[in-house]
Amino acid sequence: MGLKILTEHINVPGIETLEVYRKHGGYRSVEKALKTMTPDEVVEEVKTSGLRGRGGAGFPTGMKWSFLAKPEGVPRYLVCNADESEPGTFKDRWFMEHNPHALIEGMITSSFALGANTSYIYIRGELLFVLRILEKAIAEAYAAGLLGKNILGSGYDLDLHVAPGGGAYICGEETALLESLEGKRGNPRNKPPFPAVKGLFQCPTVVNNVETISSVPWIVNNGGAEYAKIGVGRSTGTKLISASGNINNPGVYEIELGVPVEEFIYSDQYCGGIWKGKQLKAVVPGGSSVPILPANLILKTAAGEDRLMSYESLSDGGFVSGSMLGSGAFIVFDEDQCIVRNTWNYARFYHHESCGQCSPCREGTGWMEKVLHRIEYGHGHQQDIDLLVSVSKQIEGNTICPLGDAAAWPVASAIRHFRHEFEWHINNPKEATTPGAVYRGQFDTVTA
Amino acid sequence: MAKVTIDGIEIEVEDGTTILQAARKIGGKVVPPAMCYYGPLKGSGGKCRVCLVKVTQGSTRDPRPMPKLVASCITQVQDGMVVENTTNEEVLNARKGIVEMLLINHPLDCPVCDQAGECSLQDLSYEHGVSAQRYEEERRSFNKVDLGPYIQLHMTRCILCYRCVYTADQITEKRVHGVLGRGDAAEIGTYIENVIDNDFSGNVIDVCPVGALTDKTWRFKNRVWFTKPLDAHRDCPTCSGKVTLWTRGEEVLRVTARKDQYNEVEEFICNTCRFDKKEVSDWNIEGPRHIDRGSVISANHYELPVVNVPIVPNLPTSTKKNLPQE
Repeated sequence: MGLKILTEHINVPGIETLEVYRKHGGYRSVEKALKTMTPDEVVEEVKTSGLRGRGGAGFPTGMKWSFLAKPEGVPRYLVCNADESEPGTFKDRWFMEHNPHALIEGMITSSFALGANTSYIYIRGELLFVLRILEKAIAEAYAAGLLGKNILGSGYDLDLHVAPGGGAYICGEETALLESLEGKRGNPRNKPPFPAVKGLFQCPTVVNNVETISSVPWIVNNGGAEYAKIGVGRSTGTKLISASGNINNPGVYEIELGVPVEEFIYSDQYCGGIWKGKQLKAVVPGGSSVPILPANLILKTAAGEDRLMSYESLSDGGFVSGSMLGSGAFIVFDEDQCIVRNTWNYARFYHHESCGQCSPCREGTGWMEKVLHRIEYGHGHQQDIDLLVSVSKQIEGNTICPLGDAAAWPVASAIRHFRHEFEWHINNPKEATTPGAVYRGQFDTVTA
Repeated sequence: MAKVTIDGIEIEVEDGTTILQAARKIGGKVVPPAMCYYGPLKGSGGKCRVCLVKVTQGSTRDPRPMPKLVASCITQVQDGMVVENTTNEEVLNARKGIVEMLLINHPLDCPVCDQAGECSLQDLSYEHGVSAQRYEEERRSFNKVDLGPYIQLHMTRCILCYRCVYTADQITEKRVHGVLGRGDAAEIGTYIENVIDNDFSGNVIDVCPVGALTDKTWRFKNRVWFTKPLDAHRDCPTCSGKVTLWTRGEEVLRVTARKDQYNEVEEFICNTCRFDKKEVSDWNIEGPRHIDRGSVISANHYELPVVNVPIVPNLPTSTKKNLPQE
């Protein structure tokens, strides 16, 4: 068993209550940070830890914090991005549901480090039950003097609010989240200015993921250097992985970064192998927005080494033969799964969730979805495959926010690695549209 | 001050200037097109993506190129920045792709569209579009909506540039319309049927780059290239009263704000000037309006002096005899 930083006590009965949480060492980091450290020292520890944003982008957290503008007389904000809504990603919901005080502790410690006196947890509106759990935990923290005025007699004040969103995927993008939090339509903002300079209410703001913030207490308690020892290379620490698809043990796992993918898929400690002993066909390793990889490329890197569960290893080979760790939503496909149908399904999602602000994403996502729909339902043409590649290129990199890329990559990568399957659908419409039919031929596995 | 090079032409501009504004200072072909950016409207830009350019050198201090194409209307120049617009294949290809996207749902009804001849999308398609069509799915269409006595919304033509929303937000007392829905189901609307009713509401017509918001007092009265634009003014208690009259003979067919060469209004005008003053006697005529680009009207050279050209000089003598003699 690897080291558990976030989930060590998650199965303890009553851990969602303040009493039990404190009995298991909870809120020690608040005491330590507020009473014995300066905010800059906390930031330095986070920098030393090498902690990278767990929302998907993987940007170094300490560096992000150090970018925060500190003008005199202007409030600063910490916003927790709990708007988890990418297909396949469910780690934050699970974590907040089972261990709400860990997030609140992280929010207090991080807000102190950033000099924020008001912080927000922006949560997806559908997660009403989690919102209630968080509100209950926050009320307990207020009652215990862990939130509010003069926390633990340190002189530091913090108000923490939970804000439910309207339920749009785009509100997980940090600037759209801020717009939504301000009560406006959740459209991404043009950058620059970045939130660190002009964020919530035009004030300096840091937006961090639930898992990122929840990792801070351990770093404060044990030191950034200790955290940096865990993991592999620049992928330090542990990561929550939400594993789903055709595996024996779907669920959320905390792994030390650097675990071999093969071990993660086949070990009983994690996914427990492919469901019903079938063959592995493909994996989307980081949520639906990242490129899909066929079986051989998910197990080995471009250099032929074992692929590891880390930011670097999973992206080895770029978008030709690599993918991304993303938010850690590990989706496994067995031999019976249809890649075309799956790609269409993803395209449907991104088409539905595009905010419509910029032209390539607004028009392109719908276009791809309609073409994929035609192919899936046996009405595709041979040139549709190149059309999809072309449209995905027209979207990629040309949009205001990364939703355009998120829509383009699954389509482009599916065609890159499974072109034969698309061709088979087009050339054999009758067979392809038979219920349960799936392509059994070769895959175009590209090696760098 | 910052020195920036655009398509090989160097110019010095003030700090904080955007690439687009720097290019406009140079003028000519190096100026990227803009469908959503509108100088007088704060916060506009960045949405249509047609002004994407390649920054091949970030600045003198950090010469690394920018990894992606950037929207020139919102990206500020840095000293030593090198930008490629028309000289970069990647930019031209991206622009071609975006024009294709914009035309997916936009009907090619230029022959019957009131914006024909002064439509930014028409110009953009001519300059960057392709003649072949790859989109074969069903297009979206809407019924026309009357937004009060003066404005008609033809949502089918809208490219969601948000200019009208910004205009209503920034120069009028209230905004009753906005963007509803999301993705390609997004649309301009009033949510509950409503009238855009305030002294400056007509300006949403002027800022619309396509024929989505049209002037009901002008619709189908004439084609823009048959009209003659004249600068005129009146003593108006609400606005500057400086307008362009679009006339045919003695008839004032349309009144608009004066626009610069990038189709951006110089001063917003009130509804009284725009819709209620349609007599020549209402105005002090200043002279012909020079239209630089953004309209086929510029092809007519109305402001040039009339030259007395001999009529049909090469006709046979027998025919000439029958013509009226000078």
